[in-house]
Amino acid sequence: MSYEVIIVGGGHAGCEAAAAAAKMNKKTLLVTSNVNNIADMPCNPSIGGSAKGIVVREIDALGGLMGKVADESQIQMKMLNDKKGPAVKALRAQVDKKIYPIEMLKTLKEIPNLTILEDFVINLIVEKNKVMGVETLSGKTIKSNAVILTTGTYMDSDILVGSKRTKSGPHGEKTIPDLSNSLKKLGFDLIRLKTGTPPRVSKSTIDFTKTKEEPGSLDKKYNFSFGKEKDYNISDQMSCHLIYTNKETHNIINENISKSSMYGGIADIEGVGPRYCPSIEDKITRFADKEKHQLFLEPESRYYDEIYIQGLSTSFPHDIQEKIVQTLPGLESAKILKYAYAIEYDALKPTQLKQNLETKNIKNLFTAGQINGTSGYEEAACQGLMAGINAVLTIEKKSPFVLKRNEAYTGVLIDDLITKGVQDPYRLLTSRAEFRLILRHDNADIRLRKYANKYGLINEKEYKAFLKKEAEIKELEKKLKENKLKPCKEADEILLKVGSSKIKDGINYFDLLKRPEINIEFIKKLINIDYKEEVIEQVVINSKYEGYIKKAYREAEKMVRLENKKIPQNIDYGKVKNIASEARQKLEEIRPTSIGQAIRISGVNPSDVSILMVYLKKGDFYD
Amino acid sequence: MDDTIVGISTTQGVGAISIIRLSGKDAINVASKIFLGKKLNEVDTHTINYGYIVNEKEKIDEVLVSVMKKPNTYTKEDIVEINCHGGISSTNKVLEMCLLNGARLAEPGEFTKRAFLNGRIDLTQAEGVMNLINSKTEQARKMSINQLNGKSAFKIKELRQFLIEIIAQIEVNIDYPEYEDIEQLENEHLKPKLYKVKEELKKIITDSEHGRIIKEGIDTVIIGRPNVGKSSILNMLLEQDKAIVTEIAGTTRDIVEGQINLEGILINLIDTAGIRKTEDVVEKIGVEKSLELLEKNDLILYILNNNENISEEDLEILNKIKNKNYIIIINKNDLHSKIDINKLNHFKNIIYMNTIDKQGLKELKEKIKELYKLDIINTNEMTYITNTKSLSLLKKSLKEIENIETGLENDIPIDLLEIDLKQIWNNLGEITGETFQDELINQLFSQFCLGK
Repeated sequence: MSYEVIIVGGGHAGCEAAAAAAKMNKKTLLVTSNVNNIADMPCNPSIGGSAKGIVVREIDALGGLMGKVADESQIQMKMLNDKKGPAVKALRAQVDKKIYPIEMLKTLKEIPNLTILEDFVINLIVEKNKVMGVETLSGKTIKSNAVILTTGTYMDSDILVGSKRTKSGPHGEKTIPDLSNSLKKLGFDLIRLKTGTPPRVSKSTIDFTKTKEEPGSLDKKYNFSFGKEKDYNISDQMSCHLIYTNKETHNIINENISKSSMYGGIADIEGVGPRYCPSIEDKITRFADKEKHQLFLEPESRYYDEIYIQGLSTSFPHDIQEKIVQTLPGLESAKILKYAYAIEYDALKPTQLKQNLETKNIKNLFTAGQINGTSGYEEAACQGLMAGINAVLTIEKKSPFVLKRNEAYTGVLIDDLITKGVQDPYRLLTSRAEFRLILRHDNADIRLRKYANKYGLINEKEYKAFLKKEAEIKELEKKLKENKLKPCKEADEILLKVGSSKIKDGINYFDLLKRPEINIEFIKKLINIDYKEEVIEQVVINSKYEGYIKKAYREAEKMVRLENKKIPQNIDYGKVKNIASEARQKLEEIRPTSIGQAIRISGVNPSDVSILMVYLKKGDFYD
Repeated sequence: MDDTIVGISTTQGVGAISIIRLSGKDAINVASKIFLGKKLNEVDTHTINYGYIVNEKEKIDEVLVSVMKKPNTYTKEDIVEINCHGGISSTNKVLEMCLLNGARLAEPGEFTKRAFLNGRIDLTQAEGVMNLINSKTEQARKMSINQLNGKSAFKIKELRQFLIEIIAQIEVNIDYPEYEDIEQLENEHLKPKLYKVKEELKKIITDSEHGRIIKEGIDTVIIGRPNVGKSSILNMLLEQDKAIVTEIAGTTRDIVEGQINLEGILINLIDTAGIRKTEDVVEKIGVEKSLELLEKNDLILYILNNNENISEEDLEILNKIKNKNYIIIINKNDLHSKIDINKLNHFKNIIYMNTIDKQGLKELKEKIKELYKLDIINTNEMTYITNTKSLSLLKKSLKEIENIETGLENDIPIDLLEIDLKQIWNNLGEITGETFQDELINQLFSQFCLGK
């Protein structure tokens, strides 16, 4: 058996990687331990959210699957930060956990060149530091030109509940240590990470009258996908519900704290948990003076009874979990269907990767998703997509596809991983992006569609639709700039009516729109605007925030200039004199490709970078 | 930076002992070539060794030589310090010997630069040391020591902490929009916080400008019509402190005729138009031109003659400099007072001087102290930045605050205003030498309780 690209693992990263490679005309194999578990969502029943929602848009703009599948399986759509600026708006879908995997599998099966195999990969075949294929538990040897590892939390994982440690993946799925061992033998540095998930309770045992309803967006319909817009019934969305922990909850946790796996229940925990996703016992211990913590009851499916208690992730034994749940308002007699657990798993130190997600040690071996130290479906999916594209480009000996920090959250994420490494599972946050005003929800297609077209990930029709939109934005902007409101009595009257000030000279509509009290509806009364909402939206943003956007572009240019100062890859840092030893060690380890990247390495100080720049300029390197 | 540098570390010509310092990988080699005594290559680190500096057989000076091996030295390189006892000429000779034996003359501040580049000190400390090297008066020395202790760095760090708490609050609202128990920071909450930052920044900038005066002195120009006695006043001022009367090039533009030390504050007497050579400045270059010259300086001493009437020209100039720092000096060489003093009713800062009896100096000092509030410049309390680049970063930050205020008026969403706040935070970080994006992420998770 032989393939051009093999993907190991059928989670969110694996699906995107497999689809991308197959769409780029490579004979692709996706190996998964359980076909029914493809694109499973073992944690929260939602896709998107702050920063993450923008990533889903990016995935879609690049021709990935997550956006479309989420649109198909959503049970609620909510635009977050709706009242804030355009840069931080982000879409989130509550997704039907039963439908999402079914839709994903259906989509994968429709892609030519893609085969799905149910098996375990236990070993990588490597010759002369290049991966040649994989060996499976069932005894198969499968050759390939490239391998992408997207193992999620399944590498040598342990489920932790109270004082019990069980070798297992999520939902009692099988885990094996073999692949970890294979990677260690190849010289990779593995780290142990930890994450957790809250209990699920039976919906019919909850008294929702004691909770606060949190519906989805009711003003308009939203979609992740730029292409096909899925229609849905706004009033038929499922709601989430808000509740709080109370004194009694905290007492039970404090009294039993030593029974939690993380607080003494299990002695030998190595895994480092995510800071942004602490367990309830962490929250109560670290923020002892807080009287209550917020919890969301999220529906998991239209087809079954489970409710996910967001905010209650824990590793207490089952009996304590029951006691905790029963202190919650509305959940006094709630029945737990699935107990919470923590999971420890092996991951690769991501500083061992190149910008294209290929490992530095082994050629044609790529990794994506939780194996790279991230957390979250969206973070995994965007890496999978990038790894899939880059695996193909590597086979074809073409230059890698690297997104810069000013092009996409996806670029920010990968750059952070390979430059800074991870201490705890990495989650995307808007605060990680320096250029968030450029990396918006609304312009992901403008940023990325051209790449999707270049790599053949979207069809001609989709690309043409994008080009049309782009042309119309320019057209409308030009129209508003070229037409003026002239000073006259009528003009003054309508301006004063909306609380705006009179004009002395003629003002073009683009500039008039900048006034805080003037909206596009006002402009529409003065000049005919017959464009789609998505086109108008772009022009409005460009007008209202022009100053800020221009500034962001200027800052981004500065960064790009530093990115373009390349560091030769055969540089010997031992020869660069006077760099602090910590900086030298970090530079050796990460081997940044540009001065821009070097500056972002923690432990490398500005003075070290100036010395490095002087060294490169002097040309000592070429001696 | 792999060569060995040498310099005279003490102020030349002052004090009985002068120290010559070598730094670099050949420092010990260079010293041992010219030293008669123990073998410096073999002595322990951080020892003081007695002996002679010799040229061939000739003993040049009796010295104590300190040998300090890297890395526990100021520059983190090998350092040798030669304590010379023989005054200026032998110190120069020892320096020359070091230069002949493989060391290179250090540029001003190069030892500190190396200390900084080798990671021994941070940027603020380095600037503090540079100022210490350049400090000419006691006040300035105190200030340098203050900065070295990180006082200004501390103040700026405090301000950064205040900013990052605001930023973290805004970010957390963005990243966790549904956390109802986390306060939403709205535009109106930003206003008072912004005001605080603005006031703090203004204070540091004002202090820093005072700091510049302490460090660099007050650029002072003497002006007046012909024959009012400008040159005699200039000479009197210079003569009262002859020790530092030197004809040196000014820092930026004009010739500094001389510096006088006014109870610890430097007064740079600037001969803008060559008063000493030509008496009649106003006549020579015209009123407009002399006003232009006045613009560039910190302090104007306008001289009037006691036994002359005040001319229209005088009044024209005086009216134009009303809003600057000026002192009107009425030169009283002649006991006959003809001056129509009533014409000066609208002016302040009038003092009398007599260059023959050398009177009026005390009044002048008091006036200057009053004008520059020198009595309340307490170097222990002040936070100042004397480096021009840092000062411009502070001013840039103040400008950003104004942008945010405009944004607030125009209902710009808070997440956009926050971009400018971050810029300020970055500017301040550039001054203290710390700009890590990670800082923000850490703040986010320690300040708020978040999770799924």
